[in-house]
Amino acid sequence: MRVNKLNAAGWRRAALGALLMAAAGLASADELNMPVGVTEISRSVYDLHMIILWVCVVIGIVVFGAMFWSIIHHRRSQGHEAAQFHENTRLEIAWTIVPTIILIAMAVPATSTLIKMYDTGGEDMTVEVRGYQWKWQYKYLDEDYQSTFGFMSTLATPQDEFYNRSAKGEHYLLEVDEPLRIPINKKVRFLLTSEDVIHAWWVPDFGIKRDAVPGILNELWTIVEEPGVYRGQCTELCGKDHGFMPVVVQAMEQEDFDAWYATKLKEEQERKALESMVFTTDELMARGEEVYTKNCVSCHQANGQGVPPVFPSLVGSPVATGDRDAHIRMVLNGVPGTSMQAFGAQLSKAEIAAVVHYERHAWGNNAEDITQPVDVANVEAGQ
Amino acid sequence: MANAKADPSIYFVPHNGWYPVVVALGAMLMVTGFGSYLNDVKGGGDGSWVQFYTGLTILAVTLFFWFAKVIEENSQGLANAQLKRSYVWGMGWFIFSEVMFFAAFFGALFYARVFAVSWLGGEGGKAMTGDYLWPDFSAEWPVMQNPDNALFQGPDQSMASPGIANWFAPVYLPFLNTVLLLASSVTVHFAHTAIKNQDRTKLITWLGITLVLGFAFLFFQVEEYIHAYQELGLTLSSGIYGSTFYILTGFHGFHVTMGAFILTIQFFRALKGHFKPDDCFGFEAASWYWHFVDVVWVCLFIFVYIL
Amino acid sequence: MSEVVETHAGHDDHDHHGPDKGLARWLFTTNHKDIGTLYLWFSFAMFLIGGMMALVIRAELFEPGLQFVAPEFFNQMTTNHGLIMVFGAVMPAFVGLANWLIPMMVGAPDMALPRMNNLSFWILPFAFGIMISTLFMEGGGPNFGWTFYAPLSTTYAPDSVTYFIFAVHLMGASSIMGSINVIATILNMRAPGMTLMKMPLFVWTWLITAYLLLAVMPVLAGVVTMMLFDIHFGTSFFNAAGGGDPVMFQHIFWFFGHPEVYIMILPAFGVVSQIIPTFARKPLFGYDSMVYAVASIAFLSFIVWAHHMFTVGMPLAGQLFFMYATMLIAVPTGVKVFNWISTMWRGSMTFETPMLFAIAFVILFTIGGFSGLMLAITPADYQYHDTYFVVAHFHYVLVPGAIFSIIAAVYYWLPKWCGRMYDETLGKIHFWLSFIGVNVTFFPQHFSGLAGMPRRIPDYALQFADFNMLSSIGAFIFGFSQVFFMFVVIHAITRGKKATDRVWDGAHGLEWTLPSPAPYHSFTHPPKVSDAEAHS
Ligand code: HEA
Ligand code: HEA
Ligand code: HEC
Ligand code: CUA
Ligand SMILES: [Cu+2]
Repeated sequence: MRVNKLNAAGWRRAALGALLMAAAGLASADELNMPVGVTEISRSVYDLHMIILWVCVVIGIVVFGAMFWSIIHHRRSQGHEAAQFHENTRLEIAWTIVPTIILIAMAVPATSTLIKMYDTGGEDMTVEVRGYQWKWQYKYLDEDYQSTFGFMSTLATPQDEFYNRSAKGEHYLLEVDEPLRIPINKKVRFLLTSEDVIHAWWVPDFGIKRDAVPGILNELWTIVEEPGVYRGQCTELCGKDHGFMPVVVQAMEQEDFDAWYATKLKEEQERKALESMVFTTDELMARGEEVYTKNCVSCHQANGQGVPPVFPSLVGSPVATGDRDAHIRMVLNGVPGTSMQAFGAQLSKAEIAAVVHYERHAWGNNAEDITQPVDVANVEAGQ
Repeated sequence: MANAKADPSIYFVPHNGWYPVVVALGAMLMVTGFGSYLNDVKGGGDGSWVQFYTGLTILAVTLFFWFAKVIEENSQGLANAQLKRSYVWGMGWFIFSEVMFFAAFFGALFYARVFAVSWLGGEGGKAMTGDYLWPDFSAEWPVMQNPDNALFQGPDQSMASPGIANWFAPVYLPFLNTVLLLASSVTVHFAHTAIKNQDRTKLITWLGITLVLGFAFLFFQVEEYIHAYQELGLTLSSGIYGSTFYILTGFHGFHVTMGAFILTIQFFRALKGHFKPDDCFGFEAASWYWHFVDVVWVCLFIFVYIL
Repeated sequence: MSEVVETHAGHDDHDHHGPDKGLARWLFTTNHKDIGTLYLWFSFAMFLIGGMMALVIRAELFEPGLQFVAPEFFNQMTTNHGLIMVFGAVMPAFVGLANWLIPMMVGAPDMALPRMNNLSFWILPFAFGIMISTLFMEGGGPNFGWTFYAPLSTTYAPDSVTYFIFAVHLMGASSIMGSINVIATILNMRAPGMTLMKMPLFVWTWLITAYLLLAVMPVLAGVVTMMLFDIHFGTSFFNAAGGGDPVMFQHIFWFFGHPEVYIMILPAFGVVSQIIPTFARKPLFGYDSMVYAVASIAFLSFIVWAHHMFTVGMPLAGQLFFMYATMLIAVPTGVKVFNWISTMWRGSMTFETPMLFAIAFVILFTIGGFSGLMLAITPADYQYHDTYFVVAHFHYVLVPGAIFSIIAAVYYWLPKWCGRMYDETLGKIHFWLSFIGVNVTFFPQHFSGLAGMPRRIPDYALQFADFNMLSSIGAFIFGFSQVFFMFVVIHAITRGKKATDRVWDGAHGLEWTLPSPAPYHSFTHPPKVSDAEAHS
């Protein structure tokens, strides 16, 4: 039997010290720690986090301290003889009861914070948040929970940056084409749900996170105190582009928000007006490409070739070159049970007309037809 | 590997054997064959059962040899009392694991009824779900109209009990099945007593009656399914009611089939004169399994049909 | 429970012969040692495969941007890494240890049901063959995380999910048979005098683990069966449109999943409770309370599952219940940690490789336990959930927890298994490389998690770059040191010095009364259990 001198004791002490220091370092270095955030809730959560962290650090120091004391002093190489005790009822009761008390003390503030978080009533405004593979839809609801207007919020980082073909911007992967906008100092209530799989909506600075579950509604609220842009991400694995569906919220002064709100309402009316217009083929192609780039590339790719076999190629595809109404229907209703969504709920008729037209004439597809908003309306009506 | 002499103080450890590996191979072929069949059908193909049946045959034949070997060893006196205790522990805890398997499905039923359906119907802790997303759906059990009735067409009628008064004429099938299965549990117990009394005629008679009752149960269960599919419009895709109904009764029916099969084997062993009062583990294991299946049915009858 | 156990060691008709020759020995064996060896090598192979997947993940995350793999493949790597490590590496390793050690520790000739033992093992290569082959199928392998939440794993899954489901069924069958065998062996095969409260703690922890397995593996089988029905037979368990609920999947899954994580740590507690007394040359402190603590942890593990689901939107009462219950687990676990330290206290310690790994286990597992406790605080979990903070937590309990305990066990019992000592210097090098590697890999993940990096993403925002680079470097160091481990073990088996029978001067227990290497049939005659060898 070999006995080893442990000259490594010093090392171990250093290693442990480093660990504990790192843990303690958390408290001082902000960028290493959980953000304090900009809501009352996020601050309580931060406090809970710090209390429990310190409780653990202190218990760690006591426990590991005792252990290292023993490792250093009670070694055979130092001639230490083994004692033979193996029980001490009082001690054992003590170290059952003391942790229990610490835990109860911890549970008290945790409970009160949680109760606060669950207080969803008394809101000033309500927004529906709906997860899609892989983007968010925000709808501003009136008092009767009717949508006044809504929009999609999609990742804005260009693909070139993923593949290191161009330099990454400051907000790489955390930027969207249109953020959710809310007024500050107002209780905003969110109704979360999903269209396809489970997503999760998270803004670290607000201290809130909740799953968006298809067919189920979750409620969440926040009161943001400072204007600014707050960034988060989808935090539930939702398929291929789970890493690419950021949540961006812009909190605004009330006046700014009102002004923005008014323009959005107006845009909504204009969008409706477009549905009765007739476009030229060039206009259709241009608008179609825009819609396609925003909504379809993630699956069917910019060159239309998709990622077979999961995401079919549209180049020369029987749908994109065959019966036009079937094509429109496919885009309106999606294909249930696949990630091909029902875009009827997301896009206006003008947009659907444009993208269908685009798909039928891009990448060498050359269907002989033109698709106008009214055609989409007809197909929808005829279903 | 016949043993020269059997020593009851020795725990018999079989030397080696080809059965287990081949059973594993058969199981693998069987499940992947079934998987390919399912995927093929889902993709619009016809599917082939060949691999599934190959695996099943390998599995069944090997298990036959395996158990025959164990029975042979036992008849040579190699299995001492301690080994038999191992079998008893083994079977007992296997049944416990089966209980937990059913627990998963009962858990699903419970969760769906108490939580999911109420929330979707706009009641309880998450009433907003129903109010906002499914305004047309109202919570009731059995669920006859699903939240999205276009995607999952609800059943026309459910299997719920029509009240005790209506159990008899015309006879309410689940009730009849309860009687059959409870009776079979009693008869299998009589068969066991017959072994203890070394009365082979009685054993064969009672076991035979048990089998008849068991197969009758299965027959009526199939009847019930046909009735549900053809007349009640209650199918696997009728929403959560159909889902829980079929998975619970189906999984139970599968267990009754297995139990009846095992009892049939015991029946043939009885005919060959296999069991002795102190040496009838195969029979006892089969009968415990049968009692277990019976208890599960009673729970089913209460939670699926009556409540 | 009867204490009079007339266990009689057995020998069969071949007892004077050794094992069969060639492949037949391994395919057809009913010997607990052969089967234990098969399990251990299988698990090590799976560990390397799962580890290579981890290295793919870490290579992709070395810096921001998509460099090596496409996102859909990344997801398959994450999923299969988790599944293979959990079901292929850790669980079979512990079953392998159980096979080797339990019969020797309780004084039995073999496992209670030897043929079934062989079946439990041989199902595994087939099951994992199926699972790994899905990676090469059209549409790709499972890509929905090891927790396979519906509907991503049902309606939106690739076709290979069908095979994945059946692979899980097979693994479940294997685990159930394995645990039945363990239970029957422990309850029925103990030598006279080996009462329950004299059993080594490793045996105790495995007895309780076996019950956990029996209770939850069938539930896992149930939930994948429901998935199969949703996919192929039109049911709507996990689809709200038909009156079901995707969240129901998670409840059933975690009813299995949480006990599952204790299945991966209780035998580790057992291993450490064998090793520390040996090298402290002092009896285990608080044997009784250790047993009760394990039992309490096992009991509590059934009522905490929804702490993985704090963000799904459960009603308040549920959140509170699961938070309190989860926090409670710290109490019995603390009892164990305190007992280990009291065992070392005033001992006469030496620090051979098994002891080093055991001590590192105590420290690093406790750190992982602390972060677990932080996760249990529901409001704080809203910030931690599904970030790298969780990844850091569970790797601390699993890698320097479960994996370190397995490595410690191998160093500790290897001389008994093969009759040869490993090289102490090589063992120490392996230890320090692993210790440094594991901390460099997983400690920074706490920080990236707190800073807001979600898990299961192939690419990330720039502020997480430094920590990820560090973590990736650590992963390669740690990976290298496990390949080195393989070398140390092979070196020991082929060139190691002859080991003595007791191997460690402080070791107690029946296994040390046997020669090294242990004979093919352990206790042909039931041993006398002296006080010195009982409850070490
Ligand atoms: C071996 C495996 C293992 C072990 C032992 C544990 C142990 C614990 N785990 Fe962990 N856990 C996992 C494996 C494990 N976990 C995995 C794999 C996941 C992620 C799954 C996934 O999503 O993929 C997870 C996730 C996970 C979550 C969900 C996080 C999330 O997704 O948001 C939570 C939340 O409560 C949690 C809590 C705990 C707690 C409280 C313990 C406790 O048992 C810890 C108790 C130990 C101590 C506390 C230390 C010692 C005690 C003392 C020294 C006494 C004094 C201490 C105090 C009073 C503070 N774990
Ligand atoms: C016991 C379980 C266990 C173990 C041991 C490990 C070990 C490791 N894990 Fe893993 N891990 C999980 C269980 C485990 N993990 C689980 C459950 C998840 C969650 C999955 C999910 O989200 O669904 C996860 C997820 C996970 C992630 C997050 C992925 C994501 O969210 O996208 C990461 C990232 O760093 C990671 C890293 C590692 C690393 C670096 C190791 C290292 O310790 C590995 C070290 C070993 C090696 C590197 C092997 C060495 C081999 C070679 C060098 C090749 C030599 C080859 C031959 C000789 C043939 N793991
Ligand atoms: C999240 C992934 C995803 C997005 C985004 C997406 N699709 Fe699809 N699409 C699919 C999948 C998957 C299919 C194959 C469905 C099936 O199995 O039939 C498909 C099929 C199609 C087809 C039929 C192709 C064929 O030959 O079968 C058309 C046309 C189509 N999509 C158009 C669009 C348009 C237009 C958009 C954007 C407005 C879009 N898709 C966005 C996933 C997507
Ligand atoms: Cu959406 Cu992840
Ligand atoms: Cu858990």
